[in-house]
Amino acid sequence: MLLTITTKRYPATDLGYLLHKHPAKVQTVTLTAGSAHIFYPEATDQSCTAALLLDIDPVRLVRGNNGPADFVLEQYVNDRPYVASSFMSAAIAQAYSSAMNGRCKDKPHLVDEAIPFEINLSVLPVKGGEALLREFFEPLGYDITVQSHLLDEQFPEWGQSRYFNVTLRHTLPLKTILSQLYILIPVCDNDKHYFIGGHEIEKLMEKGKGWLDTHPAKELITRRYLRYIGPLAKEALGMIMKDEVLPVEEKQPKDKIRLHDLRLQTVREILLELNVATVADMGCGEGKLLRLLMEKPAFKKILGMDVSYHALEIAQSKLKMDRLPEMQRARLQLVQGALTYRDKRLSGFDAGVLVEVIEHLDEPRLAALEKVVFEYARPQYVIITTVNAEYNVLYEKLDSGAFRHTDHRFEWTRSQFATWGDRVATQFGYEVSYRPLGETDEVLGGPSQLALFKRS
Amino acid sequence: MSRRNTKLSHISIPELSLVLLIGPSGAGKSTFARKFFKSTEVISSDVCRGLISDDENNQAVSADAFEVVRFIAAKRLKLGLLTVIDATNVQPESRKEWVRLAREYHVLPVAIVLNMPERVCQDRNVLRTDRNFGAHVIPQQIGQLKRGLRGLREEGFRHIFEMRSEEDVAMLETITRTPLYNNKKEEHGPFDIIGDVHGCYDELCTLLHTLGYQLDKENATLISAATTTTADGYTLIRKPVFVGDLVDRGPKSPQVLRLVMNMVGNGQALCVPGNHDAKLLRYLNGKNVQLRHGLEQTVAQLAGETPAFLESVKSFIDGLVSHYVLDDGKLVVAHAGLKESMQGRGSGAVREFCLYGETTGETDEFGLPVRYNWALEYKGRAMVVYGHTPVPVAQWLNNTIDIDTGCVFGASLTALRYPERELVSVPALEEYAVPARPIGYNAESTLSVQQQYDGVLDIADFTGKQILETRYSHNITIREENNIAALEVMSRFAVNPKWLIYLPPTMSPAETSQEPGMLENPAEGLQYFRDAGITKVICETKHMGSRAVVIVCRDEAAAAARFGVTGEGNGIVYTRTGRAFFTDKQMEQAFIARINTALINTGFYESFDTDWVCLDAELMPWSAKAQALLQHQYAAVGAAAGHALPAVMNALQQAVSNGAPAQALLDKYSQRLGQTTRYAAAYRQYCWPVNELSDYKLAPFHIMATEGKTYFDKDHEWHMSAIKNICAGDKQILLATPYLLVDIGDAESEKAAITWWEQLTAAGGEGMVIKPYTFLSKDAKGLIQPAIKIRGKEYLRIIYGPEYDAEENLARLRSRKLSGKRSLALREFALGLEALERFVNKEPLQLVHRCVFAILALESEAVDPRL
Repeated sequence: MLLTITTKRYPATDLGYLLHKHPAKVQTVTLTAGSAHIFYPEATDQSCTAALLLDIDPVRLVRGNNGPADFVLEQYVNDRPYVASSFMSAAIAQAYSSAMNGRCKDKPHLVDEAIPFEINLSVLPVKGGEALLREFFEPLGYDITVQSHLLDEQFPEWGQSRYFNVTLRHTLPLKTILSQLYILIPVCDNDKHYFIGGHEIEKLMEKGKGWLDTHPAKELITRRYLRYIGPLAKEALGMIMKDEVLPVEEKQPKDKIRLHDLRLQTVREILLELNVATVADMGCGEGKLLRLLMEKPAFKKILGMDVSYHALEIAQSKLKMDRLPEMQRARLQLVQGALTYRDKRLSGFDAGVLVEVIEHLDEPRLAALEKVVFEYARPQYVIITTVNAEYNVLYEKLDSGAFRHTDHRFEWTRSQFATWGDRVATQFGYEVSYRPLGETDEVLGGPSQLALFKRS
Repeated sequence: MSRRNTKLSHISIPELSLVLLIGPSGAGKSTFARKFFKSTEVISSDVCRGLISDDENNQAVSADAFEVVRFIAAKRLKLGLLTVIDATNVQPESRKEWVRLAREYHVLPVAIVLNMPERVCQDRNVLRTDRNFGAHVIPQQIGQLKRGLRGLREEGFRHIFEMRSEEDVAMLETITRTPLYNNKKEEHGPFDIIGDVHGCYDELCTLLHTLGYQLDKENATLISAATTTTADGYTLIRKPVFVGDLVDRGPKSPQVLRLVMNMVGNGQALCVPGNHDAKLLRYLNGKNVQLRHGLEQTVAQLAGETPAFLESVKSFIDGLVSHYVLDDGKLVVAHAGLKESMQGRGSGAVREFCLYGETTGETDEFGLPVRYNWALEYKGRAMVVYGHTPVPVAQWLNNTIDIDTGCVFGASLTALRYPERELVSVPALEEYAVPARPIGYNAESTLSVQQQYDGVLDIADFTGKQILETRYSHNITIREENNIAALEVMSRFAVNPKWLIYLPPTMSPAETSQEPGMLENPAEGLQYFRDAGITKVICETKHMGSRAVVIVCRDEAAAAARFGVTGEGNGIVYTRTGRAFFTDKQMEQAFIARINTALINTGFYESFDTDWVCLDAELMPWSAKAQALLQHQYAAVGAAAGHALPAVMNALQQAVSNGAPAQALLDKYSQRLGQTTRYAAAYRQYCWPVNELSDYKLAPFHIMATEGKTYFDKDHEWHMSAIKNICAGDKQILLATPYLLVDIGDAESEKAAITWWEQLTAAGGEGMVIKPYTFLSKDAKGLIQPAIKIRGKEYLRIIYGPEYDAEENLARLRSRKLSGKRSLALREFALGLEALERFVNKEPLQLVHRCVFAILALESEAVDPRL
């Protein structure tokens, strides 16, 4: 909530000219959710400090933003009034606009002069911790002192907070420092922005001029600055990179995506081999498999079911349901449903498919799923895939014993999966076979595993 | 009843029938219909032509118009309403469709023929300016009518009335509607419904005796009936109702017949026919019937009877009605059971169903038809009691019960006492026959039939728009979009539905206080109850933890027997959204075991005559369940403020000491520093590390239910004292809630409440809850709030933000609206109690789950979360 800028360059009070703010006054500018005050704790020729202090109105913060959909308690107990966030950037732009834009009416020579400054931020939230903070500022030549804090001294077991008292030292023209702070404060915070809009790309380009395009973390900075607006971030990245080839995205997700695509491809191949005409995708999510199935006319009737209505809405739009020709449209149906409830709509299909579904249910609830799928819906074929827990050791980022997804309620080894599958097959009159999915390790098997049940 | 020329002033038709008016154009059908039927009962093809084409004579839309007529007629028949089709209906083909529709809904088709002379029709049509079809039309229609008249009976009409002149029509004054024979709704019982007797006369006599009937066994007559005395002192005569299959296989079928015939003949009993009885009738009528399945014994036993007796048996069985609808429609008795769409209806299909039930068309390895269990899908309101298929134990399934416990096969003869729902059985004296298929074949589970069936609920019962009836409040409507949200929460996060017998309601705060520096104060809470006409309330300490529903069973066997849950321990703790409180199953069961021990040691199970209990409670610490929220939200804000504000203070102090005009700012930010410090102190109150079981504290405040009972009729003082007894059983983790009784209107008493609240909150407490002294309280408009919370000034910081109590903030925060929250609280309260009532009454899980599902759905309503 506080940004101080100190210089000891004689006469230090030149800072007042640079900032266009009289050292003897307390001034106030208005912001969208409150105001900011500018005052000088100290203003002598030896040392001068200008302070920019946020005065966020916590009640207005909520009132200005709420819609009925936004009713979460989070908004009401909020760190925004106490941190340096995008509000601080807005305050800089508002209070120090001339300085940031390189205008100094009385002493124009100061504008481009590299001056030794000390910047204090109280407090700066950094998602990613001190390491990332250094990654952002050190390449720009700043000398950084960081004071980190526990979430709560009374409960040290809760760990570190993401708030830091930060001191930055550098010798640079003030306008450069202000521009860099303008961009990097919300980038560190990486939380809700209150000002993102269509002009953000231009602002990023303008304030980042001369330093961002050579910054080793420019990609991350861009993406974080324009977070919540994926397409915007891409556009901006293209502009910054100019004709450089865009590097591939972070590695881990890429692998995941490939594995998932592979699973879906395999499932479709099996379904084609089995010569089935009607398929129920039980847990269709955003409809990736549905799209693959729609491509093949062999599938005459396709049902997509998911418990998440939101996912179904995305599927509906991704599959362009409202624009499909009538004949195509008639092949596909999307319904909300849950596999713990029996459901007449699932009856009468040749094949039922559950891709990475079962591990999202608490194990005791599987008994219900078994009956819904194998007793009531009772398709000729059932394909079930789930992750192979044995393979987890090959994921470097995964802690030992941890699951691959926070919503996974269990992850099975191959033998656990087979024990379950064999029992289900016997109980409901199916035959079952298993195969690995994905790049197979000799000892540990594939990253994922598939069971094919055939009604006997 | 055959076709006849009606020259009567009075005719009668079945009350539930599809009446076809038959006659050429101009015969006076619409006039006739207007005279004898309600306008809504009559569906006219002309009107429907008009509805869809603006022209009642547009013959081009006839096909579509008839679809509309059929559609409306079908909807009415489904609801069991008499319906009149006003169309010419002169061709057999057009009538066929209506007969088919009548059969589909198991109602009787009735033909009323207006066979008017041609002149009459022509004259009428000439008078109607809107009709100008050719002169050939009417003679043609009359020709078709006359040719088809003789075949009406063949077409399926059993009630046919024909009028041949205007005089005939004028003579008719009334059409009365006769109830169907199966309609005995006016008989309210009490009844003793008796399962398949199959000639077991001795056991029948013993059973009737056990039920309180006095018999002359020798002469097979009733001396006196059993009686029941009502709570208000009336004596009610009980009546046996036999589910049929009186004969075959057993040793004394004639005696059974004699007794039942006597009792039914004297109006002392009711009886519906079974398939064995029907087969005996066919035999007695000289039909070619195979003497198998025990009929051979009956025939042999009847050999010594007089022809007069045989005649009376014939007319007795012939006169039996397929099923009875009793007690205002709340009870249905049929031999093989009856699905809802057939109850109270009459058709060949209904009779067949009553006698034989439904079969899948397959036969099993014993050569017997595989029975399709209609009861699995039964969702009707009426209780259905039946026999036909011998079962090892009579068990409830979806409000139906099969009471054929195979007496003739050496098991027992069972009666169901209605409305008491008590089963009374006497053992068979011997095994008179060996069943072709072992009784109870396929029944291998330890769970009851209902519990097995409840293992998987049907999604169609919970999605879409739902309207729920609650006994303590109005009907409650749940919108489809709320159910969409509830389905996701329920299926992704909630515990096994079999545990989920209750979810607690949300709670509204008191109206906003206008006292300086305050948002809530007990004065407004007391005022609420005063306005509702309440004279006595209880104030309870509000614990700051997580709301928890705790179910504890004495052992796993009790959990299996009562909840149908196996392999999940003997209890559970879940949150107000139905999520398991403990992620660690072992910890959960250890916790349950602690409470169970306390219940055992304090003699709870004995004094409440139960082996399980459902408690509504608060589980502490808050930090145990809200860890993520605390760290990401509460501690984070505290840390940010705690490390930013000192730097701000520093800078401002320096500025002030250097002469800058920043004193006002310094004051403002030092106030903030104080507020945020108090804020951190507030949330810390409710946090402590949980390393072992004894770090948890459970404060129950309601005993919701035990076996067969709820406790909504008990006052809160009773709840508090019963809970205090339990808490004595484990002082380490169980916490009795401090409370104070307050007389509304007594200034001293009210002042004491406010003082108590001030002390509680000053000591860091969350606040208090004010409840009416009685659990369930109503005013003129219905239920009133079961509880109002009054939160402390400091606690509210963690709800409204650290700086909420700055006067400029309070001024704005005071404009909060409570009506939405309060309406939700009442609906959720009524639904929660309804769920428990249904559960303790052993209603199907589906009906319990509807209520808790609805509570979750209501929780997805957008309401200010700070309330």
